[in-house]
Amino acid sequence: MIHKDQSLGPLPNEGLSPEERDLFSNARPTLYEPYPLEVVEKFVNWVRANSLWMLGFGTGCGAIELNPLMTSRFDVYRLGFQPRPTPRQSSVFMIGGYSSVKTLKRIVRSYEQMQGPKFVVALGICPVNGGMYWDSYNTINKIDLYIPVDLYITGCMPRPEVLLAGVLELKKKIKEGRADGANRYVENFDWYKANQKRIIKDWNMPDYNW
Amino acid sequence: MADFKQLVEHYSKSYTIKDVREQKPSLAFLRVGKDEAVHLIRDLQETAGYTHLSFLTAIDWIEKGHFTLTYMLHNYAARHSIGVHVNIERQPAEMESIHQLWAQAATYQRELREMYGIRFPGSPRLDDDFCLEGWDDIPPMRREFDTVKYSQERFFDRPGRASEDPRAHMQQILYPTHKD
Repeated sequence: MIHKDQSLGPLPNEGLSPEERDLFSNARPTLYEPYPLEVVEKFVNWVRANSLWMLGFGTGCGAIELNPLMTSRFDVYRLGFQPRPTPRQSSVFMIGGYSSVKTLKRIVRSYEQMQGPKFVVALGICPVNGGMYWDSYNTINKIDLYIPVDLYITGCMPRPEVLLAGVLELKKKIKEGRADGANRYVENFDWYKANQKRIIKDWNMPDYNW
Repeated sequence: MADFKQLVEHYSKSYTIKDVREQKPSLAFLRVGKDEAVHLIRDLQETAGYTHLSFLTAIDWIEKGHFTLTYMLHNYAARHSIGVHVNIERQPAEMESIHQLWAQAATYQRELREMYGIRFPGSPRLDDDFCLEGWDDIPPMRREFDTVKYSQERFFDRPGRASEDPRAHMQQILYPTHKD
Protein backbone atom coordinates (compact mmCIF):
# COMPACT_ATOMS: atom_id res chain seq x y z
CA MET A 1 0.00 0.00 0.00
CA ILE A 2 2.31 2.78 -1.22
CA HIS A 3 0.94 6.29 -1.36
CA LYS A 4 3.47 8.70 -2.82
CA ASP A 5 3.51 12.01 -1.06
CA GLN A 6 2.10 14.73 -3.32
CA SER A 7 1.89 17.93 -1.29
CA LEU A 8 5.30 18.95 0.00
CA GLY A 9 4.58 22.11 1.95
CA PRO A 10 5.68 22.80 5.53
CA LEU A 11 3.87 20.86 8.27
CA PRO A 12 0.90 22.67 9.82
CA ASN A 13 1.64 21.59 13.45
CA GLU A 14 -2.02 22.11 14.29
CA GLY A 15 -1.76 20.19 17.55
CA LEU A 16 0.35 22.93 19.09
CA SER A 17 -0.94 26.20 20.50
CA PRO A 18 -0.01 29.33 18.46
CA GLU A 19 2.61 30.40 21.06
CA GLU A 20 4.27 27.00 20.98
CA ARG A 21 4.19 26.71 17.22
CA ASP A 22 7.22 28.98 16.72
CA LEU A 23 9.32 26.84 19.05
CA PHE A 24 9.17 23.72 16.89
CA SER A 25 10.38 22.97 13.41
CA ASN A 26 7.74 22.56 10.72
CA ALA A 27 10.09 20.96 8.20
CA ARG A 28 9.31 17.58 6.67
CA PRO A 29 11.65 14.64 7.11
CA THR A 30 13.97 14.07 4.16
CA LEU A 31 14.85 10.97 2.21
CA TYR A 32 18.16 9.24 2.77
CA GLU A 33 20.26 9.39 -0.38
CA PRO A 34 22.77 6.56 -0.74
CA TYR A 35 26.37 7.32 -1.62
CA PRO A 36 26.97 7.63 -5.37
CA LEU A 37 29.67 4.98 -5.32
CA GLU A 38 28.09 1.60 -4.65
CA VAL A 39 31.16 0.21 -2.95
CA VAL A 40 31.14 3.08 -0.45
CA GLU A 41 27.47 2.50 0.34
CA LYS A 42 28.13 -1.19 0.86
CA PHE A 43 31.02 -0.45 3.20
CA VAL A 44 28.92 2.06 5.18
CA ASN A 45 26.09 -0.46 5.45
CA TRP A 46 28.54 -3.05 6.80
CA VAL A 47 29.68 -0.53 9.40
CA ARG A 48 26.10 0.30 10.36
CA ALA A 49 25.17 -3.35 10.74
CA ASN A 50 28.02 -3.90 13.20
CA SER A 51 27.18 -1.03 15.52
CA LEU A 52 23.49 -1.23 16.36
CA TRP A 53 22.35 0.77 19.35
CA MET A 54 18.95 -0.17 20.66
CA LEU A 55 16.57 2.25 22.31
CA GLY A 56 15.97 0.99 25.86
CA PHE A 57 12.23 1.58 25.79
CA GLY A 58 10.20 -1.49 26.71
CA THR A 59 6.85 -0.73 25.16
CA GLY A 60 5.09 -3.93 26.24
CA CYS A 61 5.51 -7.29 27.92
CA GLY A 62 8.02 -8.40 25.24
CA ALA A 63 10.61 -6.12 26.80
CA ILE A 64 11.14 -8.75 29.51
CA GLU A 65 12.84 -10.96 26.91
CA LEU A 66 15.33 -8.22 26.10
CA ASN A 67 16.95 -8.40 29.54
CA PRO A 68 18.38 -11.94 29.23
CA LEU A 69 19.51 -10.97 25.75
CA MET A 70 21.93 -8.48 27.29
CA THR A 71 23.35 -10.70 30.01
CA SER A 72 26.11 -13.29 29.81
CA ARG A 73 24.13 -16.31 28.63
CA PHE A 74 22.93 -14.88 25.33
CA ASP A 75 25.24 -11.84 25.25
CA VAL A 76 24.03 -9.81 22.32
CA TYR A 77 26.87 -7.34 22.87
CA ARG A 78 29.19 -9.67 20.94
CA LEU A 79 27.12 -8.81 17.83
CA GLY A 80 27.75 -5.10 18.30
CA PHE A 81 24.25 -4.59 19.67
CA GLN A 82 23.69 -2.64 22.86
CA PRO A 83 20.96 -0.60 24.55
CA ARG A 84 21.09 3.18 24.86
CA PRO A 85 19.04 5.36 27.20
CA THR A 86 17.82 7.97 24.73
CA PRO A 87 16.36 7.98 21.22
CA ARG A 88 18.95 10.55 20.13
CA GLN A 89 21.71 7.92 20.43
CA SER A 90 19.78 4.93 19.14
CA SER A 91 19.45 3.34 15.75
CA VAL A 92 17.21 0.33 16.49
CA PHE A 93 13.74 0.54 18.01
CA MET A 94 12.54 -2.79 19.45
CA ILE A 95 8.75 -2.70 19.77
CA GLY A 96 8.34 -5.00 22.77
CA GLY A 97 5.00 -6.69 22.14
CA TYR A 98 1.59 -5.06 22.37
CA SER A 99 1.26 -1.32 22.21
CA SER A 100 -1.57 0.64 23.76
CA VAL A 101 -2.77 3.89 22.23
CA LYS A 102 -1.06 5.82 25.00
CA THR A 103 2.23 4.04 24.30
CA LEU A 104 1.83 4.50 20.56
CA LYS A 105 2.04 8.24 21.02
CA ARG A 106 5.39 7.81 22.82
CA ILE A 107 6.53 5.31 20.20
CA VAL A 108 5.87 7.77 17.40
CA ARG A 109 7.61 10.54 19.28
CA SER A 110 10.65 8.41 20.12
CA TYR A 111 10.86 6.98 16.62
CA GLU A 112 10.86 10.42 15.03
CA GLN A 113 13.47 11.69 17.47
CA MET A 114 15.89 8.92 16.52
CA GLN A 115 18.66 9.96 14.15
CA GLY A 116 18.92 8.18 10.85
CA PRO A 117 19.79 5.55 9.82
CA LYS A 118 17.15 3.91 12.01
CA PHE A 119 15.48 0.52 12.02
CA VAL A 120 12.39 -0.88 13.71
CA VAL A 121 12.09 -4.48 14.93
CA ALA A 122 8.68 -5.64 16.19
CA LEU A 123 8.62 -8.52 18.66
CA GLY A 124 5.77 -10.91 19.21
CA ILE A 125 2.47 -11.48 17.52
CA CYS A 126 0.71 -8.39 18.91
CA PRO A 127 2.34 -5.86 16.55
CA VAL A 128 1.35 -8.08 13.61
CA ASN A 129 -2.40 -8.52 14.17
CA GLY A 130 -3.16 -7.67 17.78
CA GLY A 131 -2.54 -11.20 19.10
CA MET A 132 -4.52 -12.02 22.21
CA TYR A 133 -5.44 -8.33 22.52
CA TRP A 134 -7.05 -8.18 19.08
CA ASP A 135 -10.41 -7.06 20.54
CA SER A 136 -9.07 -4.72 23.21
CA TYR A 137 -10.40 -1.17 23.23
CA ASN A 138 -6.96 0.17 23.99
CA THR A 139 -4.43 -1.93 22.06
CA ILE A 140 -3.61 -1.30 18.43
CA ASN A 141 -3.80 -4.21 16.02
CA LYS A 142 -1.08 -3.60 13.48
CA ILE A 143 1.93 -1.41 14.21
CA ASP A 144 2.90 -1.22 10.55
CA LEU A 145 0.09 1.26 9.93
CA TYR A 146 1.70 3.81 12.24
CA ILE A 147 5.45 3.36 11.94
CA PRO A 148 7.42 1.39 9.33
CA VAL A 149 8.70 -1.99 10.53
CA ASP A 150 11.88 -3.50 9.06
CA LEU A 151 11.70 -6.88 10.73
CA TYR A 152 9.12 -8.93 12.61
CA ILE A 153 10.11 -11.54 15.18
CA THR A 154 6.98 -13.50 15.92
CA GLY A 155 6.08 -15.64 18.91
CA CYS A 156 4.31 -15.10 22.20
CA MET A 157 6.79 -14.56 23.76
CA PRO A 158 9.78 -14.76 21.40
CA ARG A 159 12.61 -16.50 23.25
CA PRO A 160 16.03 -14.84 23.44
CA GLU A 161 17.33 -17.36 20.90
CA VAL A 162 14.81 -16.07 18.41
CA LEU A 163 15.76 -12.51 19.20
CA LEU A 164 19.41 -13.38 18.52
CA ALA A 165 18.37 -14.84 15.18
CA GLY A 166 16.36 -11.69 14.57
CA VAL A 167 19.35 -9.47 15.26
CA LEU A 168 21.41 -11.50 12.80
CA GLU A 169 18.63 -11.23 10.23
CA LEU A 170 18.43 -7.48 10.76
CA LYS A 171 22.19 -7.21 10.23
CA LYS A 172 21.85 -9.20 7.04
CA LYS A 173 19.10 -6.90 5.80
CA ILE A 174 21.12 -3.79 6.60
CA LYS A 175 24.20 -5.14 4.82
CA GLU A 176 22.09 -5.86 1.76
CA GLY A 177 20.59 -2.37 1.95
CA ARG A 178 17.04 -3.69 2.34
CA ALA A 179 16.25 -2.14 5.74
CA ASP A 180 14.71 1.01 4.27
CA GLY A 181 11.85 1.63 6.74
CA ALA A 182 12.93 5.20 7.43
CA ASN A 183 12.69 6.03 3.73
CA ARG A 184 9.26 4.42 3.51
CA TYR A 185 8.19 6.64 6.40
CA VAL A 186 9.35 9.74 4.54
CA GLU A 187 7.78 8.72 1.24
CA ASN A 188 4.39 7.93 2.78
CA PHE A 189 4.61 10.50 5.54
CA ASP A 190 1.09 11.91 5.13
CA TRP A 191 -0.45 8.43 5.10
CA TYR A 192 1.36 7.42 8.31
CA LYS A 193 0.47 10.73 9.94
CA ALA A 194 -3.21 10.37 9.04
CA ASN A 195 -3.27 6.87 10.53
CA GLN A 196 -1.58 8.07 13.71
CA LYS A 197 -3.96 10.98 14.14
CA ARG A 198 -6.95 8.73 13.57
CA ILE A 199 -5.96 6.81 16.71
CA ILE A 200 -4.29 9.41 18.93
CA LYS A 201 -7.05 11.81 19.83
CA ASP A 202 -5.14 14.28 21.99
CA TRP A 203 -2.43 15.20 19.50
CA ASN A 204 -0.43 17.86 21.34
CA MET A 205 2.99 17.52 19.75
CA PRO A 206 4.53 18.74 16.49
CA ASP A 207 3.70 16.78 13.34
CA TYR A 208 7.31 15.66 13.08
CA ASN A 209 9.43 15.51 16.25
CA TRP A 210 12.84 16.61 15.05
CA MET B 1 -14.83 -12.96 64.67
CA ALA B 2 -16.97 -12.18 67.69
CA ASP B 3 -16.08 -8.50 67.65
CA PHE B 4 -17.50 -8.16 64.17
CA LYS B 5 -20.92 -9.45 65.30
CA GLN B 6 -20.90 -6.91 68.14
CA LEU B 7 -19.85 -4.24 65.68
CA VAL B 8 -22.75 -5.03 63.34
CA GLU B 9 -25.14 -5.12 66.26
CA HIS B 10 -23.85 -1.76 67.46
CA TYR B 11 -24.10 -0.08 64.07
CA SER B 12 -27.50 -1.60 63.31
CA LYS B 13 -28.94 0.83 65.85
CA SER B 14 -28.07 3.80 63.63
CA TYR B 15 -27.81 2.30 60.12
CA THR B 16 -29.82 -0.18 58.04
CA ILE B 17 -27.20 -2.87 57.49
CA LYS B 18 -28.14 -5.75 55.18
CA ASP B 19 -26.56 -8.86 53.68
CA VAL B 20 -23.97 -9.38 56.41
CA ARG B 21 -21.65 -12.16 55.28
CA GLU B 22 -18.58 -13.46 57.06
CA GLN B 23 -16.50 -15.00 54.32
CA LYS B 24 -13.63 -16.04 56.57
CA PRO B 25 -12.40 -15.02 60.03
CA SER B 26 -10.45 -12.10 58.64
CA LEU B 27 -12.93 -10.88 56.02
CA ALA B 28 -16.58 -9.84 56.11
CA PHE B 29 -18.98 -7.98 53.86
CA LEU B 30 -22.04 -5.90 54.51
CA ARG B 31 -24.38 -3.76 52.44
CA VAL B 32 -25.63 -0.33 53.27
CA GLY B 33 -27.76 2.33 51.57
CA LYS B 34 -26.25 5.05 49.40
CA ASP B 35 -27.20 7.87 51.80
CA GLU B 36 -25.71 6.21 54.85
CA ALA B 37 -22.59 4.72 53.32
CA VAL B 38 -20.13 7.56 53.86
CA HIS B 39 -21.34 8.09 57.44
CA LEU B 40 -20.87 4.41 58.24
CA ILE B 41 -17.41 4.39 56.64
CA ARG B 42 -16.43 7.44 58.65
CA ASP B 43 -17.65 5.74 61.84
CA LEU B 44 -15.69 2.61 61.01
CA GLN B 45 -12.59 4.68 60.37
CA GLU B 46 -12.82 6.96 63.40
CA THR B 47 -14.26 4.77 66.13
CA ALA B 48 -13.92 1.12 65.11
CA GLY B 49 -10.25 1.21 64.04
CA TYR B 50 -10.71 0.51 60.31
CA THR B 51 -8.14 3.12 59.41
CA HIS B 52 -6.89 1.69 56.13
CA LEU B 53 -8.66 1.92 52.78
CA SER B 54 -7.44 -1.12 50.84
CA PHE B 55 -9.30 -0.30 47.66
CA LEU B 56 -12.43 1.17 46.15
CA THR B 57 -13.89 -0.54 43.13
CA ALA B 58 -17.11 -0.89 41.16
CA ILE B 59 -19.07 -3.74 39.58
CA ASP B 60 -21.51 -3.13 36.75
CA TRP B 61 -24.72 -5.13 37.35
CA ILE B 62 -26.32 -4.18 34.06
CA GLU B 63 -29.10 -6.81 34.42
CA LYS B 64 -30.14 -5.43 37.79
CA GLY B 65 -29.66 -1.85 36.62
CA HIS B 66 -27.15 -0.64 39.19
CA PHE B 67 -23.47 -0.33 40.03
CA THR B 68 -22.10 -1.85 43.23
CA LEU B 69 -19.28 0.09 44.84
CA THR B 70 -17.05 -1.83 47.24
CA TYR B 71 -15.09 0.03 49.89
CA MET B 72 -12.60 -2.40 51.42
CA LEU B 73 -11.47 -1.24 54.86
CA HIS B 74 -8.84 -2.85 57.05
CA ASN B 75 -8.26 -2.82 60.80
CA TYR B 76 -4.55 -3.32 61.52
CA ALA B 77 -5.00 -4.03 65.25
CA ALA B 78 -7.70 -6.67 64.76
CA ARG B 79 -6.29 -7.90 61.42
CA HIS B 80 -9.76 -7.76 59.99
CA SER B 81 -11.18 -6.40 56.73
CA ILE B 82 -14.69 -5.21 56.00
CA GLY B 83 -16.05 -4.75 52.50
CA VAL B 84 -18.84 -2.18 52.42
CA HIS B 85 -21.11 -2.69 49.40
CA VAL B 86 -23.15 0.25 48.17
CA ASN B 87 -25.61 0.09 45.28
CA ILE B 88 -25.93 3.20 43.17
CA GLU B 89 -28.13 3.76 40.14
CA ARG B 90 -26.52 3.64 36.70
CA GLN B 91 -28.11 6.84 35.37
CA PRO B 92 -26.99 9.30 36.69
CA ALA B 93 -24.11 7.40 38.29
CA GLU B 94 -23.08 9.57 41.19
CA MET B 95 -21.72 8.97 44.69
CA GLU B 96 -20.54 11.07 47.60
CA SER B 97 -16.76 11.45 47.65
CA ILE B 98 -14.63 10.09 50.50
CA HIS B 99 -11.47 12.04 49.68
CA GLN B 100 -11.77 13.89 53.03
CA LEU B 101 -11.41 10.57 54.86
CA TRP B 102 -8.53 9.19 52.77
CA ALA B 103 -6.70 11.49 50.38
CA GLN B 104 -5.71 8.54 48.17
CA ALA B 105 -9.40 7.79 47.53
CA ALA B 106 -9.35 10.66 45.03
CA THR B 107 -7.18 8.51 42.74
CA TYR B 108 -9.61 5.60 42.91
CA GLN B 109 -12.44 7.98 42.19
CA ARG B 110 -10.63 9.41 39.17
CA GLU B 111 -10.23 5.88 37.85
CA LEU B 112 -13.89 5.02 38.43
CA ARG B 113 -14.94 8.23 36.70
CA GLU B 114 -12.86 7.31 33.67
CA MET B 115 -13.58 3.57 33.47
CA TYR B 116 -17.25 3.53 34.59
CA GLY B 117 -18.37 7.14 34.30
CA ILE B 118 -19.27 7.34 38.01
CA ARG B 119 -19.06 10.92 39.23
CA PHE B 120 -17.84 11.90 42.71
CA PRO B 121 -18.65 15.62 43.08
CA GLY B 122 -15.92 17.59 44.85
CA SER B 123 -13.21 14.98 44.39
CA PRO B 124 -9.91 16.64 43.34
CA ARG B 125 -8.76 16.32 39.71
CA LEU B 126 -11.75 14.12 38.97
CA ASP B 127 -11.91 14.96 35.27
CA ASP B 128 -8.19 14.58 34.56
CA ASP B 129 -7.14 11.67 32.36
CA PHE B 130 -6.15 8.65 34.40
CA CYS B 131 -5.11 5.84 32.02
CA LEU B 132 -6.81 6.73 28.77
CA GLU B 133 -5.85 9.80 26.84
CA GLY B 134 -8.41 11.66 24.79
CA TRP B 135 -11.16 9.06 25.28
CA ASP B 136 -14.31 10.13 23.44
CA ASP B 137 -16.64 7.11 23.74
CA ILE B 138 -18.73 5.70 26.59
CA PRO B 139 -16.52 4.55 29.49
CA PRO B 140 -14.87 1.27 28.48
CA MET B 141 -15.61 -0.81 31.59
CA ARG B 142 -19.37 -0.26 31.32
CA ARG B 143 -20.96 -3.48 30.13
CA GLU B 144 -22.91 -1.85 27.30
CA PHE B 145 -19.55 -0.88 25.74
CA ASP B 146 -18.86 -3.26 22.83
CA THR B 147 -15.09 -3.68 22.81
CA VAL B 148 -14.97 -5.86 19.65
CA LYS B 149 -16.97 -3.36 17.62
CA TYR B 150 -14.91 -0.48 18.96
CA SER B 151 -11.65 -2.25 18.17
CA GLN B 152 -12.73 -3.11 14.64
CA GLU B 153 -13.86 0.43 13.90
CA ARG B 154 -10.93 2.15 15.52
CA PHE B 155 -7.95 -0.10 14.87
CA PHE B 156 -8.99 -1.15 11.37
CA ASP B 157 -8.89 -4.90 11.76
CA ARG B 158 -6.35 -6.70 9.65
CA PRO B 159 -8.06 -8.49 6.74
CA GLY B 160 -7.59 -12.23 6.45
CA ARG B 161 -7.82 -13.06 10.13
CA ALA B 162 -9.46 -16.48 10.39
CA SER B 163 -9.94 -19.18 13.00
CA GLU B 164 -9.49 -22.88 12.31
CA ASP B 165 -10.96 -25.83 14.15
CA PRO B 166 -7.74 -27.17 15.77
CA ARG B 167 -8.62 -30.86 15.30
CA ALA B 168 -9.59 -30.61 11.65
CA HIS B 169 -6.69 -28.26 10.88
CA MET B 170 -3.98 -30.44 12.44
CA GLN B 171 -5.45 -33.57 10.88
CA GLN B 172 -5.25 -31.91 7.49
CA ILE B 173 -1.59 -31.05 8.09
CA LEU B 174 -0.37 -34.25 9.76
CA TYR B 175 -2.59 -36.98 8.24
CA PRO B 176 -4.08 -35.58 5.03
CA THR B 177 -5.17 -39.04 3.77
CA HIS B 178 -6.76 -40.18 7.04
CA LYS B 179 -10.56 -40.42 7.14
CA ASP B 180 -12.54 -40.47 10.41
